[in-house]
Amino acid sequence: MRVQGGAASVAACVLIGGAAGCAGVQSALDPGGDEAATVARLFWTMTAGALVIWAGVVALGWYYGRPHEEAPSPRRDRWLILGSGVVFPVTVLTALLAYGLWMLPPLVSRAPEGSLTVEVVGEQWWWRVRYLDATGAPLVELANEIRLPVGEPVQFRLSSDNVIHSFWIPSLGGKMDMIPGRTTYLTLHPTRVGTFAGACAEYCGTAHGYMRFMVDVMDPAAFDGWLAGQRQVAVEPQTPETQRGRDVLRRAGCGACHTVRGTSADGLIGPDLTHVGSRMSLGAAGLSTDAATLERWVSAPERLKPGVHMPAFQMMGSDDIRALAAYLERLE
Amino acid sequence: MSDPGGKAPYDVEPLAQPAPEAVRTAQAERLLRAWKTPTGWRYWSAVNNSEVGLWYTGATLFFMAFAGVLALVMRLQLAVPDNDLVSADTYNQLFTVHGSVMMFLFAIPIFEAIAVMLLPQFLGARDLPFPRLSAFGFWAFLIGGVFLSGSIFFDAAPRGGWFMYPPLTSAYQPDLGADIWLLGFSFIEVAAIAAAVEMIVGTFKCRPPGMRLNLVPLYVWYVVVASIMILFAFPPLIVGSMLLEVERAFQWPFFDAARGGDPLLWQHLFWLFGHPEVYIIFLPSVALIAMIVPTFARRPMIGYTWVVLAAIGTGFLSFGLWVHHMFTTGLPGVTIALFSAASEAVAIPTSVQIFCFIATLAAGRVVRSLPMLYAFGSLAIFVLGGLTGVMVAIAPFDFQAHDTFFIVGHFHYVLIGGALFPIFAGCYYFFPLINGKQLSERLGRIAFWLAFVGFNIAFLPMHITGLRGMPRRVPVYPADIGLDLLNLTSTIGAFILASGVALILWDMLRPKGREPFSPRNPWGAGTLEWLQEMPGKPWGVRSIPEIDSRYPLWEQPDFVRDVDEGRFYLPDAEEEKRETLVTTVVDAQPVQCMRLPGPSFLPLGAALTTGGFFVFGTYHLWTPALVSLVAAIGVIWYWLWTGTSVIPEKVIKDIGLGRTLPLYVSGPSSVGWWAVFITMIASQSAFWCLVFAYFFYWSLQRGFPPPGTVGPGVLWPVTGGALLLGAWALTLYARRSNALERSLTTQAALLAAIVAAAAGVAALAAGPWTTGLSPSRHVYDATVWLLVVWCGLHVFTGVLMQAYCMARRAAGRLTGHYDGDLQNTVLFWHFVAFTVGITVAVISGFPAVR
Repeated sequence: MRVQGGAASVAACVLIGGAAGCAGVQSALDPGGDEAATVARLFWTMTAGALVIWAGVVALGWYYGRPHEEAPSPRRDRWLILGSGVVFPVTVLTALLAYGLWMLPPLVSRAPEGSLTVEVVGEQWWWRVRYLDATGAPLVELANEIRLPVGEPVQFRLSSDNVIHSFWIPSLGGKMDMIPGRTTYLTLHPTRVGTFAGACAEYCGTAHGYMRFMVDVMDPAAFDGWLAGQRQVAVEPQTPETQRGRDVLRRAGCGACHTVRGTSADGLIGPDLTHVGSRMSLGAAGLSTDAATLERWVSAPERLKPGVHMPAFQMMGSDDIRALAAYLERLE
Repeated sequence: MSDPGGKAPYDVEPLAQPAPEAVRTAQAERLLRAWKTPTGWRYWSAVNNSEVGLWYTGATLFFMAFAGVLALVMRLQLAVPDNDLVSADTYNQLFTVHGSVMMFLFAIPIFEAIAVMLLPQFLGARDLPFPRLSAFGFWAFLIGGVFLSGSIFFDAAPRGGWFMYPPLTSAYQPDLGADIWLLGFSFIEVAAIAAAVEMIVGTFKCRPPGMRLNLVPLYVWYVVVASIMILFAFPPLIVGSMLLEVERAFQWPFFDAARGGDPLLWQHLFWLFGHPEVYIIFLPSVALIAMIVPTFARRPMIGYTWVVLAAIGTGFLSFGLWVHHMFTTGLPGVTIALFSAASEAVAIPTSVQIFCFIATLAAGRVVRSLPMLYAFGSLAIFVLGGLTGVMVAIAPFDFQAHDTFFIVGHFHYVLIGGALFPIFAGCYYFFPLINGKQLSERLGRIAFWLAFVGFNIAFLPMHITGLRGMPRRVPVYPADIGLDLLNLTSTIGAFILASGVALILWDMLRPKGREPFSPRNPWGAGTLEWLQEMPGKPWGVRSIPEIDSRYPLWEQPDFVRDVDEGRFYLPDAEEEKRETLVTTVVDAQPVQCMRLPGPSFLPLGAALTTGGFFVFGTYHLWTPALVSLVAAIGVIWYWLWTGTSVIPEKVIKDIGLGRTLPLYVSGPSSVGWWAVFITMIASQSAFWCLVFAYFFYWSLQRGFPPPGTVGPGVLWPVTGGALLLGAWALTLYARRSNALERSLTTQAALLAAIVAAAAGVAALAAGPWTTGLSPSRHVYDATVWLLVVWCGLHVFTGVLMQAYCMARRAAGRLTGHYDGDLQNTVLFWHFVAFTVGITVAVISGFPAVR
């Protein structure tokens, strides 16, 4: 059944998308979770039905609309207006509604008690991510990256204290808005190990298009190891250059906005940098976390991400910036 | 609903013999002098529906082209991944202005523009009931539109998206862009409501004699349904804009969660407007198809009643769908399910309409034509958009599709298939009515295929683009996730579509001086608008016909001859004044020969001064804004004083065929009374949005009123309410004594009413004032104050009207018989009294109930 459905999906995908296909780290049609799979199945079912109905209506319009002689027929009028215009849509829509609403409850319900809970706060324009323990207290805070154990439900707790954002991982499931003054919830069940991409789906200002994040679905054991690692404080720099970088971080006042656990930097405005070197991307903008990019970011973040609130630090001089970038790259 | 009117038999025959040739020539000359379009620079003082409608349509098409060019810039930016053609900030302005202009300056106003131009022709009337109001609406639209569109050239355009969600637009975009949007569009929306009032009154009161409701052309039905929808759909947006602008300007926290507000209230109000709006665009466009199909099927529409009921049903249902724009805001599952079902249901009346059209084609003798080609294009595109609409109405799918390019694809299919292609079909069909020339068949076919093919290349891939993860409103996308080819294809398609649209616009604009005039009724249609001679005469119809068929040109024998030879009503303009007939609402029995105002610059002056108030207000230039407001009141006062409720030189007039009609009526028989009534329906729907806001905040259970806050109390609000009810009663009394020609008592009653009204407003405000409610502190305080201010503004208008009546009475322009102004003032005060009563009950009663 599953294989068949998959084959049908692929066939339909080739048909509709042509060369474009449907695969992709950010594709709702390439599901990596239960919720996305449900909706993808719904999509293909509805698309098939819609194409048939579309072809039928257009064919009727074309057939009766080509030039011809007068042909009154009250019987046909009844069939067309009552049959095609009323009875048919009522039947189809009722069936579709029943099917659609039947799959709704699992999509809007909460994860079972004791499930992994991740709090995500929408910022302008990045994601503050907190893994919570069973009591709801934060275990660790990170940014712009989410890792999940495969095969386990995860409960997202979503909020924002600025503008409205929308949290969306297409490969895993639908989106949920983050609204100031409210807390919203999204439950996902990742079923496949892999790297996926997410994005903000609600227009949230200048850098809305640069508000993305990476999602890594891992084996539960690997996940536990990773989470334990993230809870560690930052590694001590070992080389003279990285040590200089750490000093630059302190001197330049980076700690006013950023936290690097294990150092004096404990700012809460910007992303936590304790393990920034181990992240899959930088700045919620799909940038790599190598030293060269970090260097460019620190000296002129606005060039890489328009509207970003972090000021440029070009005035620190290139040597300091290079040292800082080397230090940050090593924060794995 | 029926007006008092003669119970004459329906079937009035035209004159058996025409008047002698010489008499008819003299009649035509007098008609021509009465209806002459001004020339030279005074041309712009014209108020006739054919001129104003043409300007209006031209302006909307210009705005469409402008917003289309913005879309092309966006498509260029998205042609390749990580592009840097325009900055993120510019891109945000581009999509905001593109969406806003297409919606507010093209899609909605072109319906009103075409209706201004054609409604009187459909109804065999000489003009709309309020020609100067149409002119005012057009000028207001133009001023607001230029102000808004121009802002993008100064990098000052709104950048909050066409949906303007706070708190992004309330607290995070302090520049003027959002103010330009809020005030500019509010100004335009007020003008749009004015036009809607005109359409409704025009349809219900200015039909030709004998055109009972069941004979009304389908186009007119659609226009009336859309106009009535405007009365209920625009007020929520105007109220929302008012709340947001007040929050921006004065920090009243309607959408600030920290002070008890809620950003979701905006979404409710916006989509309570936004979803009906789709049908306000769609219905009048389908209306064009509903006129084209019977013409080229050479037979009356099959299922006329079904079509009318389906249009009305669509109108009703469209007000119950708005929450489907909010499926991902974390609403309870039950709410989602209900709105999912309602959203599916609206597909049914739509399919009824489509199949009535198909049945008509099937039964008729179909002939090939260019308008029908566009109609087919519309069918193919719109049906797909409708089906993807059914898909996104299923909430689980919407969780994925919402705010992605799937939706961009979906609604462009709906709007381009459901509005743009029908409008193009209408352009090719109706163009001869504009200057007597036809558009080019050859260019039209090329343009069709460019537009049709280009459209599908541009928008079909977007469905997949969206599901492959591309959110809306992003200026960049990563290179390696499978979006490159899809986006490039869309960009190429967009340019092909644009070339088609450009060709159509060129076909309309190109000089046609050397081409022959089109034959009269070139398509062989059956409806009244095709009575027009080629080129048309400014008087509209030579005589106003008696109608007893839906397709009189097909079904009433010698109809065109009888109209042309002046064998029907009003074949003459003896006093060389503009006149048209007013009829009863249901049976269209003539009740008045109404004098219409001629050319004037007053509407332009009124638009400039009211526009000045909004524009200066946007820039916080309070002194010029206030000066403009005072000037606007002055201009409008002068306009009303000289141009409305004019006492005619005689009481009754012979309109031909043995009928005599009064030249002046007041109260429910008059068009003015209906206009006030309908406008106040719109005002009421705005008021109920405010009441809704009050209870919405309460339902959040976050403390409304917040603990420790004393409401406005009972004493002051009730005192204020009693005084204002007194003012209302005094106005009623003034009407009575005026009817008895007791001048002194009338004046005294009106003066007392004004004093009571002023005292009433002061007492009403004393409630929140004395209990220390401070509107910027908490949303409760702000909402109470806003209800009080709302009442105050209405009372202020009511007082102006009372003062106007006093002045008219003193000047002898208001008498016991000619009492239209006072009748309308009383009607207005009925609504004021109701508004005040509800307000007092809410602000002082509701905290007590808790």
